[in-house]
Amino acid sequence: MNTQGDYQTIATLETFGFLPKFTADDVQKQIAYMVANGWSPAIEHEHPSNKMETYWTMWKLPFFGETNMQTILSELEACRRSYPDHNIRLIGYDPYTQSQPVCFVVHEG
Amino acid sequence: MSASKAYEAGVKEYRDKYWTPDYVPLDTDLLACFKVVGQEGVPKEEVAAAVAAESSTGTWSTVWSEYLTDLEFYKGRAYRIEDVPGDPSAFYTFIAYPLDLFEEGSVVNVLTSLVGNVFGFKALRSLRLEDIRFPIAYIKTCGGPPAGIQLERDRLNKYGRPLLGATIKPKLGLSAKNYGRAVYECLRGGLDLTKDDENINSQPFMRWRDRWDFVAEAIDKAERETGERKGHYLNVTASTPEEMYKRAEYAKELNMPIIMHDFLTGGFTANTGLANWCRENGVLLHIHRAMHAVIDRNPHHGIHFRVLAKCLRLSGGDQLHTGTVVGKLEGDRNSTLGFVDQLRESFVPEDRSRGVFFDQDWGSMPGVFAVASGGIHVWHMPALVTIFGDDSILQFGGGTQGHPWGNAAGACANRVALEASVKARNEGREIEKEARDILTEAASHSPELAIAMETWKEIKFEFDTVDKLDVK
Repeated sequence: MNTQGDYQTIATLETFGFLPKFTADDVQKQIAYMVANGWSPAIEHEHPSNKMETYWTMWKLPFFGETNMQTILSELEACRRSYPDHNIRLIGYDPYTQSQPVCFVVHEG
Repeated sequence: MSASKAYEAGVKEYRDKYWTPDYVPLDTDLLACFKVVGQEGVPKEEVAAAVAAESSTGTWSTVWSEYLTDLEFYKGRAYRIEDVPGDPSAFYTFIAYPLDLFEEGSVVNVLTSLVGNVFGFKALRSLRLEDIRFPIAYIKTCGGPPAGIQLERDRLNKYGRPLLGATIKPKLGLSAKNYGRAVYECLRGGLDLTKDDENINSQPFMRWRDRWDFVAEAIDKAERETGERKGHYLNVTASTPEEMYKRAEYAKELNMPIIMHDFLTGGFTANTGLANWCRENGVLLHIHRAMHAVIDRNPHHGIHFRVLAKCLRLSGGDQLHTGTVVGKLEGDRNSTLGFVDQLRESFVPEDRSRGVFFDQDWGSMPGVFAVASGGIHVWHMPALVTIFGDDSILQFGGGTQGHPWGNAAGACANRVALEASVKARNEGREIEKEARDILTEAASHSPELAIAMETWKEIKFEFDTVDKLDVK
C-alpha cells in the first residue's frame, strides 16, 4: 500500500486556521499581545453561510483602551452564548496603520 | 543686477564649478551618494565634480549657450567626499541636484540623468549609485503603489501574519490545464497566493489567455472550499505595452485580484503605466525583479538595489521581491533590512549600518509588501518571520511543491509552520532561537509538516555574500 496521506481540503477561515483549536490560555496570550502593543480589542460574529463577506456583525463597539484581559474573555463568552451557531473572531485594531495586526476566528459555529 | 561674465572658450576643470564643499543641501534637492573609483592620479575633488557635472548640466567643454541661462541655479553640486570603510580604492561622493532638473513623476527621467552617460565616463574606473534621497516635494508627484499594504490586506482579508505564496513549478512547459491544477492544489492546501514564474509570458506550450481561464477556475474553487480569499499573480509582462494592457484587461474581466510585472526587463515606463492602470482598475500589482543582479551585485559598479527599490515604490507596485537572506539567492541581512524599510515605512532615518545614506521621508505614499522568495523551506520559517515581519510575502516554490505528498500537503506544512511561528512570536517567545522546538511542537499535530521537516532537514545555502555592506 502507498504510504502517502490523503490530503483533504478543509474550511480554515484565514489566520490560525491551521493550528489546533486555541485554549482559553492561548486566546489570553493573544489578547495580552494586542494590549501590550496598544491595539484595541474587538469582537465580530457572523453566520457561517456569510463567512466570505467583508463585514461581519460587531459585538458591541471595539473595546477602546481596555487592558483587562478577563473583560475581553468574558465578552467573547457572552457573544458565543448569544450566537452559538455563529463564527466569532477576535480583532486587534491599530489606528496608526488602520489595519488589524491581530485577527483570527476564536469560535466556529 | 550682477555683472555678466565674458564668454571664454576652452576646457575648464570640473571642480571650478561643480565642487562646492560649503554648499548646504536644500530640503527640495535630490541627493545622491555614489561610490567612485577614479583613474590614477586624478584628484578626488575633480572626479567628484566630474560626476556631478556629467550627471547634470555639464559637458566636457565650455559652450557659449550656457551664458543664456543661470547654470548656478540648475547645476548639480558635489558637496562632500568620504572614505569608504574597509576599501581604500574607492570613495563616496555626495551630490545635490536642484529639483527642477527632473520631470515630475518620472523615475525614468531621474535615472536617465543620474545613471546615464556618466557611468561610461573615462575619468572613472568604476561608479556605483549607492543611494538617492528623494525630496518629499518630488515624491508627491509620483503615483506610487496602486493599492499599498493596508488596502491589499483589506482586499485579500489577510491579517496578523505574513502572506504565504509559491511560484508554480516546473516553471516552463506545463499546459494551461495542468498548470491550473498545480495552482488549485497549492491554494486549497493553505497558500494565499501563487505566482507565474517570471519566464512565463505566453509561450507555445501555454498561451496567456488559456492560463488566465484555468487559473481563474482554480482560484474560485479553492476560495469556495476553504472559506479564504485566494489569488494568483498573472504575469502580464509582454513584448509591447499594447499586449500588456490587453492581458491586464482580461484579468480584470475574470475578477482576478492581482497581476504581475517584471519592472527591470519591462522597463520603468511600462511599469509606471501599468501601475496607473492597476490603480484605476482596482487590481493589485506584484513586481518581479529579473535582471537586478546584473545591475546591483558588483560592489564597485552599477546601482545598489536600495535605489532600484526606492524607484519601484515611486513608479508603482504592491509587492516587490527583496531576497530571503536565508535562501539560495544573495542577500546580506542588514542591507536587506535597509531596503525593506524603504519599501514599507513612512520615514527611514539615515543608518550606515544598514547602508542607508540619507533620511528618507515617504510622506503619505503607501507601502510595498516585501517578497522573500527563492530556496526557502519550512525550517527557515521562524527566521523569515523574524527578519521580514508581518508585512511580507513568503514564497516557497520547491519548498511547497517538492513535498512527498504533493502541493496541497506542502502548502499545509508551510501554513502550519508559519502560523505556529506567528503564534509563538505573539506569545513573546524568541522564535529564531527556539525554531526547532516551535516547529517540532507544531509538527506533532501536523503529519504534513513532520514530513516536510524530514525532507528538507539538511538543505542549507551557506555561501559568502558577494555584495557586502562597506564596513571595516
